[in-house]
Amino acid sequence: MSTASTIAAVPASDPAPAPAACREDGLLRFLTCGSVDDGKSTLIGRLLHDTRSILADALHAIERTSRRRGLEAVDLSLLTDGLQAEREQGITIDVAYRYFSTGSRKYIIADAPGHEQYTRNMVTAASTAHLALVLVDARKGVVTQTRRHAVIAHLVGIPHLVFVVNKLDLVGWSEEAFARIEADARDFAARLGIPDVRFVPISALHGDMVVERGASLGWYRGPTLLELLERAPAAHSAPGERFRFPVQWVCRPHTREHHDFRGFAGRVESGAVAVGDAVQVLPSGRTTRVKEIRLGEERLASAGAEQSVMLTLEDEVDVSRGDLLVHPGEGPPPTRTVDALVCWLSERPLSPARRYLVRHTTRETRAQASEIAWRLDLAALERVPADGLAMNDIGRVTLRLAQPLAADRYADARPTGAFVVIDEATNDTVGAGMIQ
Amino acid sequence: MTDIHPITVRRPLAHLDWLEAEAIHVLREVAGQCANPALLFSGGKDSICLLRLAEKAFRPARFPFPLLHVDTGHNYPEVVAFRDRRAAELGERLVVRSVEDSIREGKVVLARPDEPRNRHQSVTLLDAVAEHGFDACIGGARRDEEKARAKERVFSFRDDLGQWDPKHQRPELWSLYNARIRRGEHIRAFPISNWTELDVWQYLARERLELPSIYFAHRRPVVRRGGALVPVTDLTPPRPGERVEVVSVRFRTVGDITCTAPVESTAATVEEIVAETATATVTERGATRLDDQTSDASMEQRKKEGYF
Repeated sequence: MSTASTIAAVPASDPAPAPAACREDGLLRFLTCGSVDDGKSTLIGRLLHDTRSILADALHAIERTSRRRGLEAVDLSLLTDGLQAEREQGITIDVAYRYFSTGSRKYIIADAPGHEQYTRNMVTAASTAHLALVLVDARKGVVTQTRRHAVIAHLVGIPHLVFVVNKLDLVGWSEEAFARIEADARDFAARLGIPDVRFVPISALHGDMVVERGASLGWYRGPTLLELLERAPAAHSAPGERFRFPVQWVCRPHTREHHDFRGFAGRVESGAVAVGDAVQVLPSGRTTRVKEIRLGEERLASAGAEQSVMLTLEDEVDVSRGDLLVHPGEGPPPTRTVDALVCWLSERPLSPARRYLVRHTTRETRAQASEIAWRLDLAALERVPADGLAMNDIGRVTLRLAQPLAADRYADARPTGAFVVIDEATNDTVGAGMIQ
Repeated sequence: MTDIHPITVRRPLAHLDWLEAEAIHVLREVAGQCANPALLFSGGKDSICLLRLAEKAFRPARFPFPLLHVDTGHNYPEVVAFRDRRAAELGERLVVRSVEDSIREGKVVLARPDEPRNRHQSVTLLDAVAEHGFDACIGGARRDEEKARAKERVFSFRDDLGQWDPKHQRPELWSLYNARIRRGEHIRAFPISNWTELDVWQYLARERLELPSIYFAHRRPVVRRGGALVPVTDLTPPRPGERVEVVSVRFRTVGDITCTAPVESTAATVEEIVAETATATVTERGATRLDDQTSDASMEQRKKEGYF
């Protein structure tokens, strides 16, 4: 490990700031991606460290490890160093989740390893993220890997992309270097059609423009990286999205007190619902009205995206797990054929000859790939013909389904436009699909 | 500079509401996908949160699973009493299986009679899973606790020997969980994976949840050993030369008496604990688990063997 990836640590006794009377501003899930040497681990270490999220014993543990490895400074990248199995091989094999809080907002970092099985891991990490940090080494500028990361983040539907130009200390804190990279990446992002792109110059090693502004980047007038994170919208559903409620579980107490009670438990995956709303059950098409919205002991007047609630309905309509509640006429028409972008996750390739299980919201159905139109060559960023998908491939696949699914386009609603593919022979999750 | 994306103006869920909604979703996925799950309830704070989340997920029905406690025989009596009372108040079935029984039956062999039994819980737990045919165990583990946990899935697959294989975990995307198993295998489901210790305390405060008394500051005889406070009990007598002090302490986790240490504290309410936790400088396991300090990899090793 070179000293370039180590940063000095503050004394462990330094207390964390009290979160007391800060404005509550929700929770943001973001993804970090970068090549092996872009300083991603150091950046995460820096974010955790400068927001006082590293506690004394954790810091002592990495201090001991740093000494044992003969390092002069504490290597904060060790904080993201995980399993014995990984240390033995000197690689990172899986997505790791990290947490920090600024008092006003809680953050969940999905840290995708940069090399091994990187497409599979990045797609997994990106699937729950609403913002991506794409690291760029200021010395190297926008490289193939940078474009790949941006493309995957975009394909997986992450609406906010921040290019974090790191190692400004190694290019003399040069405004020109940053401006050149920004122009390159902005041009590239525009061609991809990414709606919201930001740029921030930093030095993860020294901490400039990560949490603190530092003294070396005075020419940069924009927000620090943490300010960008603090200002990014945490709400995952925009107004105007349609109400989607996949039923997870039917509540039938069969008690004297609740003899005829039937509650439909699920999470509002997008849009909103209010008491009195007319709702339609898919795929049956029956309609009724919402009688109550329950959350434990509470009765709510309405519920919005990402709230887990229990609905009761005015009429006794047949509703079971796997059904989707929508506003009448606003639901996706159930279909037995879907076109999807599929990322393959398994060492055993996708074969058009085999049947798989598709899990979409709370519903499962058998499926077979009837056509593989192309796969994406992630080096050239070109579509190339394909007759199967190997691990880490992303391709356009047409699936024939045994049962109809009420599926949205992924671009319209991630939770109801996504599915996973399960291999019944192994019960493994082998593919991730986004409906086009 | 203004907001990143000015179109989105809806107020986000407060972070505890978001975490609660995610946990309820996970619990309902277990209920929807698994035929015979159980919820691991120890009387500790994380599993107390799980019970409240289960109430929000499933009431007015009863829980679609029994509560299961693997009793080490090294528990504080306050915690065991609390466990029984809470289960009775909820009107839910509590199954208790005991490491003592596993020892008597020769399935657990102790190197010394007073050794910590956390590790041996795996044996008793796996026996209970086999005895009842549980296909899923819901647990209160969190990813912030320990680095082997940071990479664990929300739905974590265990093979027919109860083992966790970190290199071959099922990819977990969006909130689409895969609980499919073959006979003899099972799933561990962790609804509060994304919670931190502070989130747990904030939730306990918000929901006004009752806790075993040893979570709050009380005066207790302890000795100082290796940077930790060791409570003086029948199982953990002072060693020769150690000085017994009576100190105001509280427990941040409650587990096996022989390896769970309290911290010095005067916090008498959940709110005061929240304030202390927000400024804590030692992680929960670091402060309180004497057995995790043995090696970098001890949790990973235990988990591979079927630990919670």
